[in-house]
Amino acid sequence: MWWKLLILVVMSVMIVYSFITPAPQKIIGEASRIFYYHIPQAWISVLAFAMSMIYSIRYLKKRSLSEDDKAAATAGLGFMFCLLATVTGAIFAKVTWGSFWNWDPRETSVFILLLIYGAYFALRGAISDDDKRAALSAVYAIFAFITVPFLIFVVPRIIPSLHPTDSIVDENMKFTMGATIRIIFFSSLIVFTAIYFWMFNLTKRALKIKRHLLNEDI
Amino acid sequence: MPPTSAGLATKCLTMLIKDLRLELRDKYALNAVLMFGITTLAVVSFSLGQSNLPPHLLGALFWIIMFFSAMSGLAHIFIREEDSGTALALRLSAPPDAVFIGKLLFNMILLTVLTLIITPLFFVFTNAPVSSLGSFIPILVLGVIGLCSATTLIAAIIARAAVKGALFAVLSFPIIIPLLLTLVLTTQKLFEGSGVSNVMTELQFLIAYMVVMIVGSLMLFKFVWTE
Amino acid sequence: MYKLVVENLAKRFDSRIVFKDISFELTSGESIAITGPNGSGKSTLILCMLSQYRPNKGKVSYLSDQKILSEEEIQQNCGLVSPYLNLYGQLTAEENIKFFTSIRGKNITGNEINDLLIKVGLEGRGNDNVAEYSSGMNQRLKYAVALANKPNILFLDEPTSNLDDQGKDAIASIIEEVRLNSIIVIATNEKEEYSLATNKCRLGN
Repeated sequence: MWWKLLILVVMSVMIVYSFITPAPQKIIGEASRIFYYHIPQAWISVLAFAMSMIYSIRYLKKRSLSEDDKAAATAGLGFMFCLLATVTGAIFAKVTWGSFWNWDPRETSVFILLLIYGAYFALRGAISDDDKRAALSAVYAIFAFITVPFLIFVVPRIIPSLHPTDSIVDENMKFTMGATIRIIFFSSLIVFTAIYFWMFNLTKRALKIKRHLLNEDI
Repeated sequence: MPPTSAGLATKCLTMLIKDLRLELRDKYALNAVLMFGITTLAVVSFSLGQSNLPPHLLGALFWIIMFFSAMSGLAHIFIREEDSGTALALRLSAPPDAVFIGKLLFNMILLTVLTLIITPLFFVFTNAPVSSLGSFIPILVLGVIGLCSATTLIAAIIARAAVKGALFAVLSFPIIIPLLLTLVLTTQKLFEGSGVSNVMTELQFLIAYMVVMIVGSLMLFKFVWTE
Repeated sequence: MYKLVVENLAKRFDSRIVFKDISFELTSGESIAITGPNGSGKSTLILCMLSQYRPNKGKVSYLSDQKILSEEEIQQNCGLVSPYLNLYGQLTAEENIKFFTSIRGKNITGNEINDLLIKVGLEGRGNDNVAEYSSGMNQRLKYAVALANKPNILFLDEPTSNLDDQGKDAIASIIEEVRLNSIIVIATNEKEEYSLATNKCRLGN
């Protein structure tokens, strides 16, 4: 219980401080405050999709439907955070680069990521049998995932990146941020991660109860 | 009696011959793929009229025609087994690897036939430079193999899911994007007059993609097939 | 000597339990008749035993002289005849038999195929497309395909469906011949069929 209160306190303080401290990036100005939210969201979506991948592999190994429940639950959260990151990114792009969408490599990657998981949920929705749905969607998720390295190779060749590369670390891998900014950023990162695990835990438990109710009569 | 690789090769071949024989008797997939390809090409050619397209559009156009023609027919090989109710008999008698390799080879042959017909027509109907045809052939070969190796597993998935054609393109597209983008870029370079030696990186990329997709499919196929 | 062991098998579709606590053990020469009203899960049980459905509980294992068979060996040793098993309509009877034996890595000669066709009463029709067959002829051909593989474990779901009296006699003599050295699992409600079996298993209530 105490950690839920802690999340509430840290998140509130973080939100307030993200607005009352000086903007993290002088040239971009006020709009750069989005950095405290956009990057943690993008990080959570990557984390959630990676977890989904691990649960998919575990499902194919163990054939236990609870693993599939977890894979789907975390993929859903990943999709939600990915959408949030896309929207916040698009707003930031409009302010700084002049248009919502530029097919910058990271925008392209996010778009393809959304396509993959959109297809993943379309596939899940189309199958009614539990075991079949679990196996086929796990296979699809893993298969789509192994194309990602190719994407990283090919996409930047088409359009050069507009993304700032030095927002967290510079070329010498030193932090470029000042102390205050760093504290706000990392507390945001931690608190977002905590919220993700909280949400994941809730969905996981709800699905476990549902599974248990179905299984108890055998 | 442990399964030997020679035994597996014979079984793959048995599988392929059976599918070719079935296809020659009803020509369903062949007709679908060819008619789709030729119709699209004709529409493109009509709408272009006398105008000359720049090379980068020609490359994109060619691979879009190839992609959607492939989407219209490559899933048939698995859907046929499910529709006719023969998938059960096959699952009870054939090793999954033989089924997959046989069907992959079949799809490659199907798409090769399509390419052999579409490519000359494309050069006739559009202003693509005929001089680049020679260097275009390795890209064509790798493109066909790449398309098949990435989509055959998806075909198996949609046949098992009983969702049929509707989801095939939706599921295939995200997976095929790196391949499609590379093919378009390479074709553009060739149409602009580069030789094969200038696109070596891209060729290596295509080969790597093909190998990874086939190995990945082979590892994952049995989960799709036996579920 | 082959052995089929079924332990505590249970299968559920959504919230409906099809069957549970199914256990039995058969060795070569023994057979079991699975009976029960329509929809009681006879076919589901057979498909579970052939690992086409994943049971929710329990397991099925095949042994040959105490050694557990691999998936590929199970494929080589099992045969199934059932209404929901279809053969290739666009291939001839001979091509079907040839395909289903060589895909299992076995060889079959033209003479053997002819003998099989005579046995099931399809002589002279081996070069016709299966799509042109009547449902009774189709059923006979399924026996020919299953027997071509010389199965040690034979699954028969509704063994005489669509057959005329002549066909029933032919099948009865085939079963009589096979049951001496093989395990046979029959799902049926016909009295003369299940009375042949050494064991019984009743599904539903």
